[in-house]
Amino acid sequence: MFEFTAALLLLALGGTLAILLHPRAGLCQLAGQIGAVLGSASGLAAALRVLITGDAVSLTGAWHMPGGSLHIEIDVLSAFFLLPVFGLSIVTGLYGRSYLGNGGGFASTASWFHLNMLTAAMALVIAAHDGLLFLLAWEIMALSPFFLVIFDDRKTAVRHAAWTYLAAAHLGTAFLLVLFVLLGSIAGTSDFAAYGAALKNHQALRSSVFLLALIGFGVKAGIVPAHVWLPEAHPVAPSHASALMSGAMIKVGIYGLVRILTLLGTPEPWWGWLLIAVGASSGVLGVLFALAQHDLKRLLAYHSVENIGIILLGIGIGVLGLARGMPLLAVIGFASGFLHVLNHSIFKGLLFLGSGAVHRAAHSLELEELGGLLKRMPWTGTFFLIGAAAIVGLPPLNGFVSEFLLLYAGFLAVLQPAAAVAVAGLIVIVILGLIGGLAAACFAKAFGIVFLGSPRSEEASEAREVARPMRASMAVLALLCIAIGLGAPLAVASLAGVVAGMTGATVGTVSAELAIVTWPLAVAVTVFAFLIAIAALAWALRARRLAVASVRRGPVWGCGYLFPSPKMQYTASSFAQPLTTQFHLLIRNRETLVPPQGYFPADSSYVSDSGDPALRLLFVPTFRWFDRVVTRLNVIQHGHIHVYILYVAATLIALLIWESL
Amino acid sequence: MPASGSLALPVCALILAPMLLGIVNRTKAVIAGRRGPPLLQPYWDIAKSLRRGAVYGEVTTWLFRLGPVVGLATLAAALLVTPFGGVRAPVSFSGDPIVLVGLLALGRFATVLAALDTGSSFEGMGASREVHFAALAEPALLLALATLARVTGSFALTPVYQAITIGAWADALPTFALVAMTLLVITLVENTRIPVDDPATHLELTMIHEVMVLDHSGPDLGLIQYAAALKVWIVGALLVGLVTPIRSGSVWLDGAAMLVGMVLLAGVIGMIESAMARYRLAQVPQFIVAAATLSAVAFIIRLI
Repeated sequence: MFEFTAALLLLALGGTLAILLHPRAGLCQLAGQIGAVLGSASGLAAALRVLITGDAVSLTGAWHMPGGSLHIEIDVLSAFFLLPVFGLSIVTGLYGRSYLGNGGGFASTASWFHLNMLTAAMALVIAAHDGLLFLLAWEIMALSPFFLVIFDDRKTAVRHAAWTYLAAAHLGTAFLLVLFVLLGSIAGTSDFAAYGAALKNHQALRSSVFLLALIGFGVKAGIVPAHVWLPEAHPVAPSHASALMSGAMIKVGIYGLVRILTLLGTPEPWWGWLLIAVGASSGVLGVLFALAQHDLKRLLAYHSVENIGIILLGIGIGVLGLARGMPLLAVIGFASGFLHVLNHSIFKGLLFLGSGAVHRAAHSLELEELGGLLKRMPWTGTFFLIGAAAIVGLPPLNGFVSEFLLLYAGFLAVLQPAAAVAVAGLIVIVILGLIGGLAAACFAKAFGIVFLGSPRSEEASEAREVARPMRASMAVLALLCIAIGLGAPLAVASLAGVVAGMTGATVGTVSAELAIVTWPLAVAVTVFAFLIAIAALAWALRARRLAVASVRRGPVWGCGYLFPSPKMQYTASSFAQPLTTQFHLLIRNRETLVPPQGYFPADSSYVSDSGDPALRLLFVPTFRWFDRVVTRLNVIQHGHIHVYILYVAATLIALLIWESL
Repeated sequence: MPASGSLALPVCALILAPMLLGIVNRTKAVIAGRRGPPLLQPYWDIAKSLRRGAVYGEVTTWLFRLGPVVGLATLAAALLVTPFGGVRAPVSFSGDPIVLVGLLALGRFATVLAALDTGSSFEGMGASREVHFAALAEPALLLALATLARVTGSFALTPVYQAITIGAWADALPTFALVAMTLLVITLVENTRIPVDDPATHLELTMIHEVMVLDHSGPDLGLIQYAAALKVWIVGALLVGLVTPIRSGSVWLDGAAMLVGMVLLAGVIGMIESAMARYRLAQVPQFIVAAATLSAVAFIIRLI
């Protein structure tokens, strides 16, 4: 526990010093960075200690807040979710100083404060074992990103994005308020331990609690259609902040949902179905929207929606397994969900850091202005490639391991005699297959257009490799992708404790059940080792042959045309066009085409707008309507304070009368 | 068991696979009234490419050279888990269909990136079409394998194919027939044959796979040609293993039956290529989705 409190203090201290030292930019950045890295390292140690020993540690504050208590407890579940928070925060801290540079003025230094506050608040949310403390930390966690998003506040689009984020964050919090007030009212106290006991006596309320948690935490996690804030907020925040938000913060939403699930006891089957449905729609729509994007960070933000969908598919299968009394199915489903939480934070963090490096080097994130960066930034390019292959779920990287577990659970379900379970398994298999194929298309596009071919703009052709700390932080994450991929059996076996917390079985039982799936994984890893050996052999033979044969460079085949220019390369839009056209009903891309006409075409144009359909078709109309209704109330608001006092008095009298009736 | 079969199977596959392409071409030639190239022509083609020097595009990087190597290595690794009808694969474990699909996806990703590395619009076009069709073919393949898993009660490829006997066919005739149709379509899509793609076409604008590898030359091209032959073998073995339900217990008999089946499959592909025109590109997705639907129907039949 000491390490954890030290972590919170160091984070707060580093952040505060960064602001206090303001005019001296170099010192500010250093204070912020040291606070972030040391604090997070200390927190990571606390989390790892709990995970290794398996014993929860707790701390109850000596003083009481009104209505709640300062009860912090790190059990195995909390410790597991602290891993992405603190782990990623170390890496982003390392990366941030070189990324921000010494310019940027107060916004730059203040961003350290908000970044460290975000990390501390996330950690506190995960460790809080008291409803009120949880909500307080949640609110800090909801507010800090606002200041990170509005980093570049002179741009209208940035202010708009920050506003969207703030509205979405509080929409989610509204449901959580109701949730915790409901739980508090049946339990009579705000302690988590009491919630679980109280829910046993109020079976009828369990489904409402589940739904409130799904919506409230779902907004934070970014499930469709509440995902609209992600593609707005992620692109405009500094890249290391985007990495932390996408890699860690949306996982806190998953944590909340999972924590409530542990309090609810044996779940109902339809909860599992609902989670599978939400996961499937988020997964498929997330990757489809991503395909239509041509801003690198917006594209990555939509992939977070997709990956949250995959995580929910795993949890959904787990819940279904618990509800139908199939412990093996439940164990593997939850294991896949948890492992994907960790994996996504690693490769999504890596990809956002990579996009930040691209932005620093080529001064653009617009896919159609980039190209050929692998030659100019070999390190960043290679790390980004590893991240891309991992997120697509290709062997032998970490993304494959969690998707293997999920598909394994799907196949297990398919073999069950019960038709409902078999259909759920089939849906998971097909949906994950589709997501995998579409994600491969999307990252072939993202990596291919940005890093391969020739540069499409002046800036891109002058790009240089980024500073060493930035490369080092990407290298750490890339190595983790490979390590979890090749160490898959170990990684999966180590999930036993946290999965046991979900299924209610003992760690030993869960370990035995996980051993059923770690063995195939070990064989699979051997197959991949064989793959690498064959590839090395083929590469060596090829190199030996080419050492004696003639090797030269020449122009690529242009169908006889001799003067190709970079502009004639396939673009991101043209690459994705067949898929976006096929799924037009879901993506709802708006395109305006003025085709060239006549023998001497004068002007032609093509504009494609990949604005979010959920925003355009659902939220904008709803908020407009709400605005209209609320505007009518303007008549009672006119700025005269004495009239407002009259309102207060009138309300008081009305209440007194109502009370005495 | 990790080693449930011997390594002789992948070795046979490595030796015999290019022959399948020779049979396809011979069939097409005979139907068209020509004599056609010798059956061993694919071997000579591969050998010739491997011996030559290479020309690389001006903007290509190491990724362009790595693409064919990874493409071949993934298929060689996939041979380890692919049973040959009644002949066991060297390695078999629950979930090996997932590994097979993952390996195919990795090979494709490498090929697509190598194509984009040239910066040529033709190759970009081919890459775009490849990922489009693959995104639909991947769930279709998983659907077909999941259906077979449900019928046979296992999800390791070797036991699944061990369980596909004549008795099992009699028991699950409609399901197996529908899955076989899906697998035939997947064989055509994965190997970019007519009616999806025409490997012999001469117009770059209409190609898919061939246009992606347009700028590869020398040993790289040789690896790609060899990998193409292996892919016909692997995906074909999934189909032929299903429609040749001879499980005598003798490796020689089962293997011989499978070989006859593979030759017939190559003949069928040749006949389809002779009899059909390729679909317009916009129709290909419908073709794949229709094939996936057949397996979905097959699955639903087996639910009760």
